[in-house]
Amino acid sequence: MKVTINGELREVTSRTLADLLQEVGYGSIVVATAVNEEFVPVSARAQRELSAGDVIEVLSPMQGG
Amino acid sequence: MNADDKLTVYGVELASRLFLGTAQYPSPAILADAVKASGTNLVTVSLRRESANVRAGHAFWQLISGLGVRVLPNTAGCHTVKEAVTTAQMAREIFNTPWIKLEVIRDDDTLQPDVFGLVEAARILSADGFCVFPYTTEDLGVADRLLDAGCQVLMPWGAPIGSGRGLNNIYALRSLRAHFPDVPLVVDAGIGLPSHAAQAMELGYDAVLLNTAVAKAGDPVAMARAFGDAIRAGRSAWRAGPMEARDMAAASTPMLGMAFR
Repeated sequence: MKVTINGELREVTSRTLADLLQEVGYGSIVVATAVNEEFVPVSARAQRELSAGDVIEVLSPMQGG
Repeated sequence: MNADDKLTVYGVELASRLFLGTAQYPSPAILADAVKASGTNLVTVSLRRESANVRAGHAFWQLISGLGVRVLPNTAGCHTVKEAVTTAQMAREIFNTPWIKLEVIRDDDTLQPDVFGLVEAARILSADGFCVFPYTTEDLGVADRLLDAGCQVLMPWGAPIGSGRGLNNIYALRSLRAHFPDVPLVVDAGIGLPSHAAQAMELGYDAVLLNTAVAKAGDPVAMARAFGDAIRAGRSAWRAGPMEARDMAAASTPMLGMAFR
């Protein structure tokens, strides 16, 4: 199915957010996630099922003012 | 400086009254040196999309973690309450802190806060256990609403973010200070020079948050030190009780015993 990850449309096979992060290469990095503008904590990623068209944000620390 | 004169925000004591941003430095090493030279205990950080290949955020976080300072994540760039609340929730998890510098921006030219959205987001986040540091204007009514919403600190702008113009509305900043004598007040944004920061402290502000003035200086490390000095000087001056300004001259040398009279 197709989902949008950080603004980019991708074809993926994962059914859950946890699997998706592994599939697209975020395995060991500390990131924070949101699906369709709703925060998904680390503890909920394995249960968070994805649907075609979902918009996923994967964020990490950055410089800020 | 009196060792007892520490700033307490949300129950945490901070020895330094300089809050420093981490963006726009020439290099990570200069950022680290500037943080140390400034003496700050609190640096602002942000969240952005991470690339699975580049992993820039990972490297940045390792650098900041090694500096021994507390972090204040921001919601920079958020234009809606929903974006700001979700970003704050993500920041709380990744930075492991309930502290959040709340920005809800309305206008892209001035980066002026959307104060209606700001108050709404502040209420939602405060109810959810966040310690909200709202980036706001100098408006008294908005300040009052933010306190009602649960904020225990206010961060009015001095001038638009990155403008370096200093304190645009000293009258309003002074009013805010007089109106809320017991609320920690931080001038956030618009500071260009150490003298601007000293002026904010002389008005009785509790701290100053700045970034560009240090990061974009010719020598950011030296400028960070200069800001630390200015903020300590301004704080000492406030505590010492500045004189009232007046319109006419008043001789400082006593006239009693003056010759030729």
